[in-house]
Amino acid sequence: MIAEAGQFALMLALAIALVQGSLPLIGAQTGRAGWMALGPACARAQFVFVAGAFGCLIYAFVVSDFTVSNVAENSHTLKPMLYKVTGAWGSHEGSMVLWVAILALFGLAVASFGDNLPPALRARVLAIQGMIGAAFLAFILFTSNPFIRLDPAPLEGRGLNPILQDPGLAFHPPFLYLGYVGFSMAFSFAIAALIEGRVDAAWARWVRPWTLVAWCSLTIGIAMGSWWAYYELGWGGWWFWDPVENASFIPWLIGTALLHSAIVVEKRDALKSWTVLLAILTFSTSLLGTFLVRSGVLTSVHSFASDPERGTYILVLLVIVTGGSLTLYAIRAPALKGGGLFAPISREGALVLNNLLLTTAAAVVTLGTLYPLALDAFGGGKVSVGAPFFNATFVPLMIPVLIAACGGGMLGWKRGDLAGALSRVRAAVGIAVLVALTVGWFAGERKMFGAVGLAITAWLIVGSAVELAERIRLFRIPLGASLRRAIGLPRAAWGMVIAHSALGIMVAGITATSAWQTEKIQMMKPGDSVEVAGYTLRFDSVDAFKGPNYAGQRARFTVFKDDQVVTVLMPEKRRYPAENNTTTEAGILWTPLGDLYAVLGDRAGAEGWTTRFYFNPLVAWIWFGAALMALGGLISLTDRRHRVGAPKRAAKAAAAPAGAAKAGA
Amino acid sequence: MIALRPAYLIPVVGFLLLAAIFARNLYIVGIEGRQASDLPSVLVDKPAPQFSLPPISGDGKGFTRADLGGEPSLVNVWASWCPPCRIEHPVLMQLARQGVTIWGINYKDKAADAQAFLDELGDPFKAIGADRTGRTAIDWGVYGYPETFVVDAEGRVRYRHVGPIRSEDLKNKIMPLLRKLAK
Repeated sequence: MIAEAGQFALMLALAIALVQGSLPLIGAQTGRAGWMALGPACARAQFVFVAGAFGCLIYAFVVSDFTVSNVAENSHTLKPMLYKVTGAWGSHEGSMVLWVAILALFGLAVASFGDNLPPALRARVLAIQGMIGAAFLAFILFTSNPFIRLDPAPLEGRGLNPILQDPGLAFHPPFLYLGYVGFSMAFSFAIAALIEGRVDAAWARWVRPWTLVAWCSLTIGIAMGSWWAYYELGWGGWWFWDPVENASFIPWLIGTALLHSAIVVEKRDALKSWTVLLAILTFSTSLLGTFLVRSGVLTSVHSFASDPERGTYILVLLVIVTGGSLTLYAIRAPALKGGGLFAPISREGALVLNNLLLTTAAAVVTLGTLYPLALDAFGGGKVSVGAPFFNATFVPLMIPVLIAACGGGMLGWKRGDLAGALSRVRAAVGIAVLVALTVGWFAGERKMFGAVGLAITAWLIVGSAVELAERIRLFRIPLGASLRRAIGLPRAAWGMVIAHSALGIMVAGITATSAWQTEKIQMMKPGDSVEVAGYTLRFDSVDAFKGPNYAGQRARFTVFKDDQVVTVLMPEKRRYPAENNTTTEAGILWTPLGDLYAVLGDRAGAEGWTTRFYFNPLVAWIWFGAALMALGGLISLTDRRHRVGAPKRAAKAAAAPAGAAKAGA
Repeated sequence: MIALRPAYLIPVVGFLLLAAIFARNLYIVGIEGRQASDLPSVLVDKPAPQFSLPPISGDGKGFTRADLGGEPSLVNVWASWCPPCRIEHPVLMQLARQGVTIWGINYKDKAADAQAFLDELGDPFKAIGADRTGRTAIDWGVYGYPETFVVDAEGRVRYRHVGPIRSEDLKNKIMPLLRKLAK
């Protein structure tokens, strides 16, 4: 009964989405206020029905209703409650329902908080959202229905892939989807702007908060995925350049570029058509990720049970959405002429450089991910692309991005004073050089890499601090006055300083752990000791134990430093009988300076156990940096400009009719 | 009047090209009824290429062309940095336990990483050659990792599988072929 209710809710949602996707748009074109007003009403109704369907699916998982085929294939009565709930989006079908639920949530947000939008723009944006929703709801209902019944129903479910039964991964998809789907907002605004033939500062001011929300969520989602890979896959790595990881990273890179170029539109009325293109590409690459994961075109660890029929559907969808929007762009974008001119050395110039490098980096990652496919299609030889390719191409591209991240903000708008900016950041330059020399002098191995990486860290952190000090005129005016300036500083400025320093923290983690990881692999018997990076680990025992839906072996390693007991690490090997699968749980001692990472391998007869230990210096800084970066984004989101200043389109309207008339003619 | 400017057409043209490639690949996956994972190899039914690879570490025996033949066997190309290889590994272990001969080509890997991988997950290989430059993988026409070739008793390549071997691949393709070749 509940499953049928869910399916019925999805059907109703599809019908509503079709209305939402058509009538408000026609209303906006023909100036019918009543039709435009259907947009918000439909968006609210759609949210109610999609959320209802999602609730039904979660309910079916919670009560282990194995008459529902999706539940039988992905759940098990013995699974802990948390994973029963999260199992609802662990499968392809369920994850698509989560996808539209988040889309509907964003639609609801536009309907509820969009009162300051001009009605025609709001109607158009919601109509585009409605079209996307309709396409995905049809996809769910026709190719991936999660509510299909099973007869006869099995007594027990097949269980969820144990590798997914982990708190880190349980919430990884919702954040990732908040990001992917969140970029649909920027996309809808971009299409609406192309239809209207108008992009102005007010438009950019509406787009930026939505992009920020999506970007923060995607940052958190990717970081969670990477953190999970680190502690769960059990080999001490945190990023593998797997096609599906790349699929989430490409929209992140373009979204980051979008975030920065929208600033130029808002402040300087320039880079308009470029920003619109980025908005289209950000969402398109999000869809591309969806396609790659589910079509079976690429092989990856993350591949959902792939299916060419679904692949065909998503490809058609991709062609309509991306092909259609890029065609619209080709026709309408030439009319979007920006007003603001600027010299190459200026804040705009720095942001353009940031954009060019980030999009190039995104293109490189896309190339590396799709190259095997493309070359094969052109009848070329078979080539392989793995981590070595990305390390050789992506890393050098990122160095100038990171250098430009600081200092760009020191340049003035329009025409910057490079010498003046350099003299203001001389402290940061000096410290960065000092760090590079120190690292180069003391580091035993991988000197160059370590020196460059840590110098960039110093540059980013000190440079951001200098930028902040400049803005509040620290030490030039009385401290109290500086403090008042600091409080009065726009939140967006704080957000930038925090996010850029966070980037520095992340770079430090990446550099240190890539350059100076220590690894020890050996056979050990209980009673043996081993020394890793100044710690002594004593192998005490291996015991069998039983979890709720698995059995396992747990080793005990007592960790000593300077003859003091620090902690006991307990790495595990787990076996999940329902899924017939094993997982490794690393034992990790987290410290700010690095972590000690222990993995229990296989038993090798009388010789004992294979054991592996790593010391990963500063590795936790990677995720701390990512979290801080997302926090910077959130702080920027609270900037009052995004709330108070938004409805100021009238002031700019004087310039707009010319452009609109040209486009409409 | 619509003012079309060629530069603004670049994104849509680029995208359509990409979409055509996807469509072609989907066609291979779907309509022709074969998986992307069994891409045909020009090597199929031809003798395996010549190579001679050193062991991962130490002096021991590596893996050379002369090892192939005599009995049907699998040649698996893997690397410790390749996540799907980890997913596949239990399948190889199971095959080895069933008595199937599996040779390993360890692609562009560090000796310590490769050894750690085997120590953790087990070593199903009769012998492993370390292909540090990737030269041998090119000769085999390797496309992605992991990749597995079925070689018959005469040393000819009979089948190629791209990506991790799943249990249905074993059941439907690899085991029947090995049984046929063993006769």
